[in-house]
Amino acid sequence: MSDAVLRTQGLSRRFGGLMAASNVAIELQRGKLHALLGPNGAGKTTLINLLSGELRASSGSISYKGDDITRCSADRRSRIGIGRSYQKTNIFPAFTAFENCRLAAQSRTPRVLHIFADAIGYQPVCDAARRALEAAGLDGRAGQIASALSHGEQRQLEIAMVLATAPDVLLLDEPLAGMGAEEVGRMVALLQKLTPGHAILLVEHDMDAVFAVADVITVMVDGQVLESGPPAQIRSSAAVRQAYLGDGVDA
Amino acid sequence: MSRKRISFAVALALLALFPFAGATFYTELVTKVMILAIFAMSLDLLVGYTGLVSFGHAAFFGIGAYTLGLVAPKYDAANLWLTLPAAMLAAGLAALVVGIFVVRAKGIYFIMVTLAFAQMFYFVFHDTKFGGGSDGISMNFKPVASIGGFTPFDLASATHLYYFVFAAMLLVFVFLRVLLRSAFGRALQGIRSNEHRMRSLGFPVYLYKLASFTLAGALAGLAGYLSAMQFGFVNPEIISWHESGNVLLMLILGGLGSLYGGVIGAFAFVALQELYQSVTTHWQLLLGATIILLVMFLPGGLASIGGLFKRTLVGDADDE
Amino acid sequence: MDVYSFLIQLLNSVQYGLLLFLVASGLTLIFGIMGIINLAHGSFYMIGAYMAFSLASLTGSLFVAIVLGTVLSVVLGVVLEWALFSHLYKRDHLQQVLLTYGLILVFEELRSIIVGNDVHGVNVPDILNWSLPLTDTLSYPVYRLFMSAVCVVLAALLYVLIRRTRLGMMIRAGASNREMVQSLGLNINLVYRLVFALGVALAAFAGMIAAPVSSVYPGMGTQVLIICFVVVVIGGIGSIWGALVAALLIGLADTFGKVLIPEAAGVTVYVLMAAILLWRPEGLFRRV
Repeated sequence: MSDAVLRTQGLSRRFGGLMAASNVAIELQRGKLHALLGPNGAGKTTLINLLSGELRASSGSISYKGDDITRCSADRRSRIGIGRSYQKTNIFPAFTAFENCRLAAQSRTPRVLHIFADAIGYQPVCDAARRALEAAGLDGRAGQIASALSHGEQRQLEIAMVLATAPDVLLLDEPLAGMGAEEVGRMVALLQKLTPGHAILLVEHDMDAVFAVADVITVMVDGQVLESGPPAQIRSSAAVRQAYLGDGVDA
Repeated sequence: MSRKRISFAVALALLALFPFAGATFYTELVTKVMILAIFAMSLDLLVGYTGLVSFGHAAFFGIGAYTLGLVAPKYDAANLWLTLPAAMLAAGLAALVVGIFVVRAKGIYFIMVTLAFAQMFYFVFHDTKFGGGSDGISMNFKPVASIGGFTPFDLASATHLYYFVFAAMLLVFVFLRVLLRSAFGRALQGIRSNEHRMRSLGFPVYLYKLASFTLAGALAGLAGYLSAMQFGFVNPEIISWHESGNVLLMLILGGLGSLYGGVIGAFAFVALQELYQSVTTHWQLLLGATIILLVMFLPGGLASIGGLFKRTLVGDADDE
Repeated sequence: MDVYSFLIQLLNSVQYGLLLFLVASGLTLIFGIMGIINLAHGSFYMIGAYMAFSLASLTGSLFVAIVLGTVLSVVLGVVLEWALFSHLYKRDHLQQVLLTYGLILVFEELRSIIVGNDVHGVNVPDILNWSLPLTDTLSYPVYRLFMSAVCVVLAALLYVLIRRTRLGMMIRAGASNREMVQSLGLNINLVYRLVFALGVALAAFAGMIAAPVSSVYPGMGTQVLIICFVVVVIGGIGSIWGALVAALLIGLADTFGKVLIPEAAGVTVYVLMAAILLWRPEGLFRRV
């Protein structure tokens, strides 16, 4: 049974004369990983920003679990279950990896009025943080200051933080960026483990990884959806091949 | 015991015993410094821990002070236990209202807007008859600390006042320390570290900033109240932007981000001011030059010299 | 209020607004290009006024004083940028605010030491020292018209600079990005130095031409600075056009406010600011 968790219709965003995203219709379903491909400048990050709420849509609509969220702020979208990770690592550099995740998990139970209780003592949030770190493979590095982590570990922390917020939708912007082969393998395994319980949108350049995990692939060019469908369809599409001509990618 | 703890304990002991050693003049001077320390700590919550640089904090100090001036009866003493909370409430309320306007502003814009609002308050008190105009208000009596006939201490005595202020300063310090470890306090520090990500994680950042601004304002109001109590008069100059600039200076003197910084900065600032004033009437030149040199060559403040009081980071390995 | 009184107040508003714009444009220019907030900007206005007073007394001519003073303020700007401000580009806002706050103290005390704390008048040059008659009893000082005219000319020159030159393109883009400036083939250190000197000169020049009208007094620097901040807050940071609109709005609010509600004199401007902030939290012409 297809249950669309996140759906857009006619979603567009213009910057002056430039249409960064034009008439995008995309659907995320629970238990499915939807990959977003396209050459640089295709509008992939713009689309993620529109979905996460960091960019306001110029026209079109976004609905989440049946409700229209087009006008919702970014923080509200996170609270209702739309989580997002960043292409450029966006952590709290001065805090430990654990505190990074603990803070992320705290967003679910803010306990603002408990001003006399040390937050470290609140087990449910700490447990959620530990679970997120474990899922991302960082349990051994919890006490490390985030800025001192290796690049790959920081990418793992990036994912751990969004996992700690227990979202229903995961918008992942190039989680594999800058990772080595072994780390990529670990991340792909993580993605496969996460897929059944979430609706995932994955923006990535690593084709092997994408074709290994994706259930649906949408290809964007110049802000518009070129083609959308199962991996086999995309792999054999002439239009897609042409769009990628010269990128040296073996689709 | 760590070096930090020992020096802290020693400093506390020195402060506690101080009135027995010095003359009344010095007791009153240190009282003034401790009041400024409260003021500085309140701003540190905003600047050092939430990342909001306000150049208008003196406005809330002033509102706390003026509350006492306005509420104190002409021919009788005010009651401490009624007027002090009233002052904090008034300052906090003013901070809430101003905050609603300014908290959405970012960076440099925020600095300018807070300065502008503080000036507005200055003009209200300076130009209208509401607060006695440019002359201000004189209070004939110090507030009385009685509850139901029982008066535990006499604020007209310099020594009693000293210990009252000392206790207030300690209370504020402990309160802020505890607050910063709470979920709310940690969220504030998260906002300072990476506001964008905090929003993305689902925190309603605007509300947190507003709360921080309001609380900082209320605490500044406490300092203002104590100051009015000590000096017995209020005038618009306490809201001048020089005062807002001086309290920021105290933070950079003491070093941001550790609550001690506010206290150290207050002592350092008053010491500098007294020193320069004894040297020349053009002491502001020396102060200005000191500020410039400080920012150019020692931006971490005095605290960065000793390495004694490190920036306390939440989640740090030796976070105690 | 009859038509002529209204006209006089209107002309006063415009003159005050244009003067404010001159000072505020320097502030917003420096911020737009270099990303620096400069609290001492008001001091340059004060320095300009005191220079006009001193040099006019020396040379006997306000015009000569203004020319000399402008040259001196450019030199001052270059020296200040080289010695202090060039180190501020990488610093955070708090440090910029504090350093420039210290600078205000230094400037104020130096002025106090060198020239003293008295209020001085500066004579309007004879050529401009007459009034345009409006009715039998009312007339308008030509010098004020001259001030407005000069401001308009400078505003036009600024417009040309911003719209027609590469430097102006950078300003419009709000670039505090060194690489981008360099890629335009401009020597970045030189550009920053010149822009800063221009900002200083604008403020000082404004102080010089305003001196005969507002007289020369110690608090004038801080007074104009705060109002300039309100101009930038209302107009939006980095927007020269916003500064112009905001300055004129403030000129109107302040002038008519003082006439209509004298008790609330200083506060009108802030009420205006608060109202605008409610409607547009980032100023009228905030960049997208």
